[in-house]
Amino acid sequence: MATELKLKELAKKEPLFTSGHRLCAGCGAAIVAKMVLLAAADYPLVLANATGCLEVASCIQDYTAWRVPWIHSAFENAAVTLAGVETMYRALKKKGKIDREIKFIAFGGDGGTYDIGLQSLSGAMERGHDLLYVCYDNGAYMNTGIQRSSATPLGAETTTSPAGSAIPGKLQRRKNLTRIIAAHNVPYVAQAAPSHWADLMKKVRKALAIKGPKFINILSPCNRGWRTRTDDAIMLSRLAVETCYWPLYEVENGVTKITFKPKEKKPVEEFLKTQGRFKHLFKPENEWIIRQFQEEIDREWERLQKEETLYS
Amino acid sequence: MARVGAVTGNEAVAEALRQINPDVCAAYPITPQTELMQRFAAFVANGKVDTELILVESEHSAMSACIGAAAAGGRVATATCGPGLALMWEMLYVAAGMRLPIFMAVVNRALSAPLNIHGDHSDAMGARDAGWVQLWSENAQEAYDNMIQAVRIAEHMDVRLPVMVCYDGFIISHSIQRAELFEDNVVKGFVGEYKPLNPLLDLDHPKSYGPLILPDEYHEYKRAQHEAMTKVKDVVLGVAEDFARISGRRYGLFEAYRLDDAEVGLVILNSAAGTAKDVVDAFRERGVKAGLLKPRLFRPFPYEEVAAALKGLKAVAVLDRADSFGGYGPVFMEIASALYPLAERPVVINKIYGLGGRDFLPDHAAAVLNELVEIARTGRVRVAKEYIGVRE
Ligand SMILES: Cc1ncc(C[n+]2csc(CCOP(=O)(O)OP(=O)(O)O)c2C)c(N)n1
Ligand code: SF4
Repeated sequence: MATELKLKELAKKEPLFTSGHRLCAGCGAAIVAKMVLLAAADYPLVLANATGCLEVASCIQDYTAWRVPWIHSAFENAAVTLAGVETMYRALKKKGKIDREIKFIAFGGDGGTYDIGLQSLSGAMERGHDLLYVCYDNGAYMNTGIQRSSATPLGAETTTSPAGSAIPGKLQRRKNLTRIIAAHNVPYVAQAAPSHWADLMKKVRKALAIKGPKFINILSPCNRGWRTRTDDAIMLSRLAVETCYWPLYEVENGVTKITFKPKEKKPVEEFLKTQGRFKHLFKPENEWIIRQFQEEIDREWERLQKEETLYS
Repeated sequence: MARVGAVTGNEAVAEALRQINPDVCAAYPITPQTELMQRFAAFVANGKVDTELILVESEHSAMSACIGAAAAGGRVATATCGPGLALMWEMLYVAAGMRLPIFMAVVNRALSAPLNIHGDHSDAMGARDAGWVQLWSENAQEAYDNMIQAVRIAEHMDVRLPVMVCYDGFIISHSIQRAELFEDNVVKGFVGEYKPLNPLLDLDHPKSYGPLILPDEYHEYKRAQHEAMTKVKDVVLGVAEDFARISGRRYGLFEAYRLDDAEVGLVILNSAAGTAKDVVDAFRERGVKAGLLKPRLFRPFPYEEVAAALKGLKAVAVLDRADSFGGYGPVFMEIASALYPLAERPVVINKIYGLGGRDFLPDHAAAVLNELVEIARTGRVRVAKEYIGVRE
């Protein structure tokens, strides 16, 4: 019997991602990991982690914050490392050496997922391994000191896309990885955010109940990189959803469903102005970036709604 | 009863893999390895093995999948060569650092640029410091025998390290040779059941593989890895002894061919050693005391034993099928290191030969032996390192 998705019930469960890790105070990744594992806690689990903030801060020699078997092999290969584990599981199960129903979850940051790890993720999705890949997207390479990744939003300042007098931050749009993985025609792909915890946990549960490759992209505010206060993660996550910068939706067997529709879609400025990384965008000469940003959001939101009506 | 067959090196090693029947195998095609994995895939497709085959999207992923699978707790194999091995480089260190007993065929091939798919040892030599045990093979028979022994060496409780079995691309992988192949049950008995150590899939005893290790412990981990390597020699010899019992074929850390009373000698790896042995015989017939040393275990390198085998010689030429640009060839550096502690040691010279599949001919071996005879007579070295068989 799965634990009900009610705060009272969930609060009784022992977290599988424990306190004592060394992520920054208020880090979104810690919240995401905790929520995902809380949602998955009724299953026997084996985890893999890509190199990045979540990994280096959670398993430092002699200590670990994970109460489940866990493997980190490198930055770019969490998906295929776990695919190897999952394949051995099938091999040993076939031979009768294991009889438990184990679920496999990989965690990777946006850098380790959108960029250097895309090939290994794509391969694992295409081959149909029975695992869930969770990308915690904080929009930059945070562990190496806030360098731009292909998930970094347009106009954002990072240490390798600094806002200078000639170039105002990152000039390229972010890669839409959720769509790319959906295009692999895997059974389940979703986008989630920690502000909408029930939605997030429902998606994790749904994913784990499905056989085959699953992918959930979860927004993961980072106060260091986003230049915000330490206790802003949930507020920022909510703004990202309400501005439709980070729409919550799922694609199940090719069918798109938006899982949360803001009553009123807020302008993107509301999300941008909360963060130091976008400060320079509010200078008159950079107004075009905000305009372009808004257009992007509108287009994607329109497209998602259209896709949804296709199937309704 | 063993079957005697005419097989290519790839065919022989595919047979070995079939008989070993690993739990998981990852594969990615690259010439001249491709044929090996095609053959193995056919075994999987026809139910001749129980192996779960993972057809990955790159060699980097092949090794990553092997790492996950081996950590999970089962027997794991793969194969590659040249650029494929180079793409695995980062993960080779991870496999060794996690002490995972993966075994891999490396069908030696040159590295780009320029692009070349032929036999040369640059690939495995580039990986020699990754913490893998390396066995080298002169022909299809040795590749087959080494592959079977590799399983026992890798999984030995004193070792628990990955092993690569090297054999020359095309020269061995694609040419048909006579080989004795075991009956399936003999191999099955020899490799035995896999004994998992700290399997990730043991949920009741959760393990963490690959944590972050800071300067206060990393150094110790690496020393521990070296210490595991120091135990490999004994295990290799022990496994070889057991292997002799089932095959009648004796393997050591290296092969000493007519070295006992030799005055001049060649050191040479893999297939070219076969050619060179004929030339050594011809020189012996002419009354020249020639010999040859063919390393088998290249990592860990058996320095003392090699020194003991070469110490009575007057002049030695080390032939390398790989180079270290701006330095000596990799085998030369090991031989020089082995001989250095001796009070009286042979003169040693280095020849680079056969890069990118260039033929190594009996004339080349003869010329080098003649040069050694001259060095032994005069004590004078013309040139310490030289490319042979090059067109001027
Ligand atoms: C092959 C390789 N290249 C680069 C690095 C350095 N590196 C480690 S973590 C990291 C960034 C991680 O960023 P991301 O995946 O977004 O996770 P985050 O740190 O933001 O949690 C980089 C570049 C590495 N470990 N390996
Ligand atoms: S830098 Fe950002 S992502 Fe990394 S631990 Fe700190 S808050 Fe979390």
